[in-house]
Amino acid sequence: MRLTVSADAVRLTIPALALTLLLAAVFWLQPRAMSYIGLNLLFNLAVPIALATIAQMLIMAVNDLDLSMGSFVSFVACVAATFLRDAPLVGTLILAGVVIVYSVLGIVIHLRNLPSIVVSLGMSFVWAGLAVLLLPAPGGQAPDWVRALMTMKPPIAPMAIVASIAIAILAHLIVMRSSLGVVIRGVGGNERSVERAGWSVLATRAGAYGLAGIFAVLAGIALVGLTTSADANIALRYTLLSIAGVILGGGEFIGGRVSPVGAVIGALTLTLAGSFLSFLRISPDWQIGAQGAILIVVLALRLLLNRIESGETGR
Amino acid sequence: MKTLERLSRRPWIWSWVAVFLVWFATIIVTGGASTLGLTQAALTFAAFSIIVGIGQMFVITLGPGNVDLSVPSTMTLAGTVSLKLMDVDNGMILPGLVVAVLIGVAVGLLNYGLIKALRIPPIIATLSMSFIVQSAAIWTNRGLRIKPPGFLAEFTTSGTLGVPNVAIIALLISLGAWFLLERTIYGRWISAIGQSMPAARMAGIPVDGTRFVTYVFCAVLAALAGYLLACFSGGAALNMGSEYLLMSIAVVVLGGTAVAGGDSNVPGIWGASLFMYLVVSMLNTYGLGAGIRLIMTGLIIISVIMLAGGRQPGAR
Amino acid sequence: MTGNGSKAVIEVADAKVSFGAVKALDGVTLAIMPGECLGLVGHNGAGKSTIVSVINGGLTPHQGSICGDGEILARYGINAARARGVRCVFQELSLCPNLTVIENARVLHRHLGGFGWRTRAKEVVERSLDAVFPGHGIASDRTVGDLSIAERQMVEIAMAFSDAGTTPRLIILDEPTSSLDASLADRLLAHIRRFVAAGGSVIFISHILHEILTTANRIVVMKDGRIVAERPAAVWTEQSLVEAMGSVVKGEAHRRKARDLADAPVVVEQTGRGMPFRARRGEIVGLAGLAGHGQTRMLMKLHATASADWLPRRDPAIAFVAGDRRLNGIFELWSILKNLSIASLGDLAVRGVVNSGAETERAGEWKRRIEIRTPDMANRILSLSGGNQQKVLFARALSTRAPVVLMDDPMRGVDVGTKQEVYEIVRQEAAQGRTFVWYSTEMEEVCLCDRVYVFREGAIVAELAGDAVTEENILAASFRAEAA
Repeated sequence: MRLTVSADAVRLTIPALALTLLLAAVFWLQPRAMSYIGLNLLFNLAVPIALATIAQMLIMAVNDLDLSMGSFVSFVACVAATFLRDAPLVGTLILAGVVIVYSVLGIVIHLRNLPSIVVSLGMSFVWAGLAVLLLPAPGGQAPDWVRALMTMKPPIAPMAIVASIAIAILAHLIVMRSSLGVVIRGVGGNERSVERAGWSVLATRAGAYGLAGIFAVLAGIALVGLTTSADANIALRYTLLSIAGVILGGGEFIGGRVSPVGAVIGALTLTLAGSFLSFLRISPDWQIGAQGAILIVVLALRLLLNRIESGETGR
Repeated sequence: MKTLERLSRRPWIWSWVAVFLVWFATIIVTGGASTLGLTQAALTFAAFSIIVGIGQMFVITLGPGNVDLSVPSTMTLAGTVSLKLMDVDNGMILPGLVVAVLIGVAVGLLNYGLIKALRIPPIIATLSMSFIVQSAAIWTNRGLRIKPPGFLAEFTTSGTLGVPNVAIIALLISLGAWFLLERTIYGRWISAIGQSMPAARMAGIPVDGTRFVTYVFCAVLAALAGYLLACFSGGAALNMGSEYLLMSIAVVVLGGTAVAGGDSNVPGIWGASLFMYLVVSMLNTYGLGAGIRLIMTGLIIISVIMLAGGRQPGAR
Repeated sequence: MTGNGSKAVIEVADAKVSFGAVKALDGVTLAIMPGECLGLVGHNGAGKSTIVSVINGGLTPHQGSICGDGEILARYGINAARARGVRCVFQELSLCPNLTVIENARVLHRHLGGFGWRTRAKEVVERSLDAVFPGHGIASDRTVGDLSIAERQMVEIAMAFSDAGTTPRLIILDEPTSSLDASLADRLLAHIRRFVAAGGSVIFISHILHEILTTANRIVVMKDGRIVAERPAAVWTEQSLVEAMGSVVKGEAHRRKARDLADAPVVVEQTGRGMPFRARRGEIVGLAGLAGHGQTRMLMKLHATASADWLPRRDPAIAFVAGDRRLNGIFELWSILKNLSIASLGDLAVRGVVNSGAETERAGEWKRRIEIRTPDMANRILSLSGGNQQKVLFARALSTRAPVVLMDDPMRGVDVGTKQEVYEIVRQEAAQGRTFVWYSTEMEEVCLCDRVYVFREGAIVAELAGDAVTEENILAASFRAEAA
């Protein structure tokens, strides 16, 4: 068999390389980080970000964009810290309900051909409002089982790493291996031909949104498990972080080109960027800036690689 | 009758109708006691979202996918740096303003530079840029809260003939923006690009130049708003811009500007901005909290886009 | 195959389709029998793609009936066609570029689902690829976007022949060999013969005549929405096919007097693959050939080299009249007035501020000159008929001071009266020294030009001037004969 390096593999190489480089630099600066506890500290907050990134990726797979991710995750965190602890049944029903709301949004966006950016912008106000109603001031408490799950100490690797790998595998199975995943990405790539083959684009979009809702709900629960309490603004940064994570991991805005494994790697890279700076003894002020810079560097590298590739095979 | 009919077809009229409804609803409860105060407060607070919203509107007019997400961080950086430079010295007001504008120019330049150089969608370019600008703001701020020069603090919080000064500035900027949009070649060009980029290119419009100027214009307005807001609130805060990310997009959408691009209007920005503030104060007078206000805002945005989506120009 | 030997797989009877004033199909009756390869030839606008759309269910004819296996199909659509085993390979790519070959097979065959679908899809698509293009060397786990254009086309063709549940019975191939090299094309043709011999049916459209002559059993020639000739393939020759596609000389009355422009200065020039392109001052240069063979791409290139992206030009060098109005022509939200003036605002403004008086006046002038039928130029552009919208686009280009006007097949779907008016204006403007580069899919228009370049497969393959600009010569150059 001849060796073929697909563009997708190239896409995945860059974020993986970026993560490896960052990690190597951290270990070099602070060898003690190369321990169970060190790794756990480094990647502690990666799990909810990775889940939110997967959710955003599902929306982006059908050429849409979700600007409400941050306030939605905050809202879920508030539900988890209140209802899910005090009245598990009601809490579960609420969370199931909002997943359905996500599906309905997909349907409405498709039927009325609305710009997803604006609809999700409106929804971000709605989720934020609901969150404020639930928890006007920071408070609540994570359900014990969630707390126990997130602070579990599995053998060999810390929870953050194990969970990230599990998320990547699960998302990969759903998005890359299952029939539904294929059709979802097909809608992003060439909606007309999917329709011509007799599929319902409406149902596919609803499915993508529903799945995104499930992952975003998991993100909110995981976040509460880590922080123990919640507030209405707890995850507002996730909107931008999740978009950045998808792009970083080799995804694109349009064309259904997404990579779940890449998205998780992207989320890990963004999480690590902050810790890296503190090891360099650069003030944490630049943490957000470093995330932006990594994003730009990765995009520039990708452009460069694409150029080289098309220069070689172009005709 | 005919004027009424023509008026009803203006996309901005609905936001104004809403403004008056909410205004009356509030006045009735307070028994007219705070009419003047309410109006002044509304004008003051709306002024900032008007200035930012106009910039965002120009960018959104460029067509689908064009949004400037770096608006809040630009506001913060411009506010922080200019206050630091002025250092409570009335003599430094002008240099401070110039620096704020220059920051806007620089951010706009870098934004479009990224869009072109990396061939990435504007959302991602302005998003990455906003991370860096936000960091720069945090770094310059260092938790210090420097007071604005006395004259500026006085100017931004007071009014002339009962009209808040910031609202007058917003009005001047709006008039300028309206003139640009309606009367100049540049206004035609951005509208054309927003309707169809290929068609604009084939009609001989310098597409890149026009888009570049628009991104710079938006960033400059954001910087200006940051400068004024920092002076108004007695010092720059790191999160002072964050509210304006979604707000700037929301007022554009509520104001009747086509989200698909190509069609924008200045009066709508005023209506939507006033409305956003008045809803808050109305719900406050009715004793309802921030949660309900946010939910209502969201629902209103969604219903506006649902209604507007129904009469898409392309659908005939 | 099933025992319906003598009944047509699909039979279209007296189908009529019209788009506005244009009759795309004017009473076509066509039956495709099992075990036959039907060759379909014709020039632009003959109705080939329309009849294909009718057969694959994408288009319901306004009149006429469709029968399958002897029974009338009342509700015929894309899904019904697929269920009957009708498959179509479109000229445009219909695969999802972000998915692998296997995943595309999954999307195409709805009933492949369930656990282990990957293995089944892989088997289906690889079996078909091996059958059609033995030794193809395409790994089925590669992403379609990473494949070369030829490989994509191979995959697309193999998908059409693939069998997963519904057996393919009628396969429509529209220019399937356009990006395949000779040996791949031969393999495809061989497979078509095998497929037909096994009882399948194929409709085969190609601009390479010897492919049709050697592969088809029966060849149908279309022109102006009608079938003008239908004979067994053995009776046809390349020569007789080209003759049948042409018509009795018409439009000779419009012929302009041959002008001697040899001394006029060259204003546009471009070299690329094939013959060089050159246009002189005051000349009307035609671009001919089958649609999609590189004409529009060249116009875009000419436009891009002469227009600025960053700074406005003081003197516009080139103007463009769009053919695809919705894509790159009109601004839908605007009035007629604004649509007309957008390209010449530089002349109507002082220091960037538009002088609305001058703008209205200029628009009024053109409304009279080109007879735009509207009560008020402030009306929305979409309130105009297609022909009048096209006139506005002409006025937009002609009202600039640009010395060169590019026209991208602007007369598609325009009524006859409007056409004549525009021809007259083009002639006047050319006489005053303007250069026109005119891509047209209509023979009548091409014959109005001083000089014509014929395109085939992305390059200029022939230059015809003066009396040599005839339908026969253009057809001969557009369709590749074996010798060429």
